[in-house]
Amino acid sequence: MIETAGPAAPPRRNGELVFDEPWHARAFGICVTVLEREGLGWDAFRRHLVPVIEADPDAPYYDAFAVALERFLGERGLTA
Amino acid sequence: MSDDHHHPRDVSPIEARVHALEELLVEKGYLAHADIDNFIQYYEHDIGPLNGAKVVARAWVDPAYKERLLAAGTAAIDELGFGGPEGEHLVVVENTDEVHHVVVCTLCSCYPWPVLGLPPEWYKSAPYRSRVVREPRAVLAEMGCDVPDGVRIEVWDSSAEARYLVLPQRPAGTENLDEEALAALVTRDHMIGVAR
Repeated sequence: MIETAGPAAPPRRNGELVFDEPWHARAFGICVTVLEREGLGWDAFRRHLVPVIEADPDAPYYDAFAVALERFLGERGLTA
Repeated sequence: MSDDHHHPRDVSPIEARVHALEELLVEKGYLAHADIDNFIQYYEHDIGPLNGAKVVARAWVDPAYKERLLAAGTAAIDELGFGGPEGEHLVVVENTDEVHHVVVCTLCSCYPWPVLGLPPEWYKSAPYRSRVVREPRAVLAEMGCDVPDGVRIEVWDSSAEARYLVLPQRPAGTENLDEEALAALVTRDHMIGVAR
């Protein structure tokens, strides 16, 4: 076994948490769960994420992510 | 924000919208909260830079593996059992005495999940995404990574077509270390290229 307390040890990434806020984790979790259910790759979501970030580059990442998630779920007919 | 700790904390509008999405999908019977919990658990605990560190250590001790890794990243990384979402187009770039590589995604947050887990906050931030392309040497120096003047810096912009992983140089004086000890020397930042 490789030492898991070393500098690359999960779950913290070099001392940082993966998600800063619990709702960031929920947003990400919803996204990957739906992608899997729909049999889609990340790019199906990325198409929505890129333009939202582009429209407001300085907005917090997960704010953009949440807006893109709404659009993605809408496109899949899951918010109706 | 209220300073009355007996009241629930304020929930931002965007957070409330995400919560509403989750509730809607659960109400429709499309998914369960536990499905989401499981994915979060996986990304928080089961994948991370330790995987990438094992890949780097293998490349340091096995020249034939390194050759395969640089020629076809996804296949070589799959040999160690790492793959999955965002691992389809992995490209490994090797640091040398002449060149230092650094990775960014200028458009969003593309990142090699199977070997590094999810990206840190700074990787997704506007300042990093925009500045590292224009002035990589200055950005790296601010992050505590001094690249010697004689070393060229190459910036790799991740995209849907390619996710990059930096193969750092094996540190001097590690000839006697085994693969496991070598892996413990490798950090996420080495493999993004913001540390040397």
